[in-house]
Amino acid sequence: MSDVQKSKGADKKSLPLFFNISFKVIFIIVLTSSVLLYFTFTFEEVPPILNRGIQPATFPKALLILIISLSLIVYYLSIKVPWNIEKKLPNSFYITLASFIIFSVVSVTLDFFLGISVLSVLVSFFWGERRIFYLFLVAIIFPIIVFIFFETILGLRFPGGIITNLYYN
Amino acid sequence: MLAPLLSSKLMIVLIFGTLFGLILGVLPGLGPTTGGALILPFTMTLDPLSAIVLLTAIYCAGTYGGAITAVLINTPGTPAAAATCLDGYPLAQKGEAGRALGMATVSSTIGGIFSVVVLVFFAPLLAQLAYEFGQPEYFALAIFGLTMLASIGEGSPIKNLIAGAFGILISTIGKDFMTSIDRFTFGINELSEGIGFIPVVVGLFAISEMLTQSTLLDQIFNRVALKAVKLPSISDYKKTWITILRSSGIGSFIGVLPAEGGTVASLIGYSEAKRWSKNPEEFGKGSVEGIAGAEAANNAATGGAMVPTLALGIPGSATTAVILTGLIIHGVRPGPDLFREQPDFLYGIFGAMLIANVLFFIFGFFGAKIFARITLVPNKLLWPMIFAVSVCGTYSLSQSILDVWIMLFFGVIGFFMRRYGFSVVPVIIGLILGELVEGTLRQSLVIFEGEWLRFLTRPIAVTFFILSLIALIFPLLRKKKSNE
Repeated sequence: MSDVQKSKGADKKSLPLFFNISFKVIFIIVLTSSVLLYFTFTFEEVPPILNRGIQPATFPKALLILIISLSLIVYYLSIKVPWNIEKKLPNSFYITLASFIIFSVVSVTLDFFLGISVLSVLVSFFWGERRIFYLFLVAIIFPIIVFIFFETILGLRFPGGIITNLYYN
Repeated sequence: MLAPLLSSKLMIVLIFGTLFGLILGVLPGLGPTTGGALILPFTMTLDPLSAIVLLTAIYCAGTYGGAITAVLINTPGTPAAAATCLDGYPLAQKGEAGRALGMATVSSTIGGIFSVVVLVFFAPLLAQLAYEFGQPEYFALAIFGLTMLASIGEGSPIKNLIAGAFGILISTIGKDFMTSIDRFTFGINELSEGIGFIPVVVGLFAISEMLTQSTLLDQIFNRVALKAVKLPSISDYKKTWITILRSSGIGSFIGVLPAEGGTVASLIGYSEAKRWSKNPEEFGKGSVEGIAGAEAANNAATGGAMVPTLALGIPGSATTAVILTGLIIHGVRPGPDLFREQPDFLYGIFGAMLIANVLFFIFGFFGAKIFARITLVPNKLLWPMIFAVSVCGTYSLSQSILDVWIMLFFGVIGFFMRRYGFSVVPVIIGLILGELVEGTLRQSLVIFEGEWLRFLTRPIAVTFFILSLIALIFPLLRKKKSNE
């Protein structure tokens, strides 16, 4: 290992426990797995004659225990060889993530295709597109093409909404 | 072998699949796996053979398509083309982009055709062997498949195992298929049916890739101009024919193993080409042997990966996992019985792969310049469109809005998995194999009257367990050796 690598490793090791990225990731995996493991104890049990080898909860339990055990090994190894900490996520990532949430809200409350249009225009705009025609293309023209394609060729009926109902009615 | 394909409809499907596969392969971030998952809902309008022909054509052409981007913009269109960048781009920078693409096209075609021959001979043999398999053997085989994936696949083996176990865990959601007891449904009735494969695949591949692309907006591609693709010269053929054959063999073998198929195959094919080369110092500076080694191997892995997929129902790669899903949703159950009951169907698939390799040679040779222009479509326009298709495709399968939420959920999970070094491919394979693993385990325990040690009385199962152990220990030994 080169001196540079050694010093990098030393820097990462000196981070407080809760700021260490591997700790955070493994903590989330173990916590989620533990919660799911708790839920496996709430699964119904069947009489031995019906359980076909093992109870329905046994297999998921075994998997979750395996995931927790392996995660702890990964954490132990990360103490020895710290993970490469990647650069901070840019704003464009959070905007894209936020547009997923906006899509979900709009598609449930107003219209499924309006949700797609809103997401398309948001993502396209915040990723750097400023030309009106292209924004119009991704937000209006392309979703209409997709709608017609799925509606006519696949015979799909999309969830109702303020725009979709105009077409269906 | 080609007789089942002699209909104009199937030929149109094949040509469309090859062109679509090339486009997917050329576009960085997409590729045959994501493309196959996106097109899966559309295949429901086709008959089973047309659907699988379409998916296999996308698989073959998409794997090759990655080389065009690798050579011209130094960005692999697909992960399997990563090794092609190492020599393809330097050669293109020297003003020989046509020669680099010509070598990539020829070696990809030879590798692909070689692997179809392997598929035609070995898949029936493996299927014959599988007649000997009972439930314990299938359980041991599935475990072997998962451990191989962890061992050979990219990244940390332990993280791959966690991802595989996570995939199997997802498969347990819904009603237990033996006792009808609800598991992890949290009172949501729609979850009783379990989680569909398509929302998870589209989420893990397409949506997570969209999030990844959102972090790469400042990325600038340096494009190399391409005049025309040139066939390799006689001296290039003399220099590379052994490399192409060797890599074709390596690729086919790696493909048969349940691992990440083309990606691993191309890296091994490239490193072996360098090891055996008379001019290893040229590697990394534009060696045609390097291009041939990587491209023959990744395309050879396509046919190899179809061997366990068709003969055993165990996917050899992420894309074959999508093809396997295509088979299942069209009511075709892969395995030994498929070879006995539907030989025409199988020969249709073999023939489609053979023709797809010839077609992508023609399209690649004459149309690489046009396909290269597709990379000019900016991400800020492309990804919103992919999102629209992903959402509608996912919704279309069971007309459930819950599937769309599941897709978005797995998109976010997939992004963070990739960011922290967990491959998403084992999740897909785990999800596919989950029911097989649990079902065969429980049926084996019924046969064994609950005595686990009776697995040791089955020689084939024991062999697979030993191989699984070796697969787990091998990466640790390899790491220890490399540290030394």
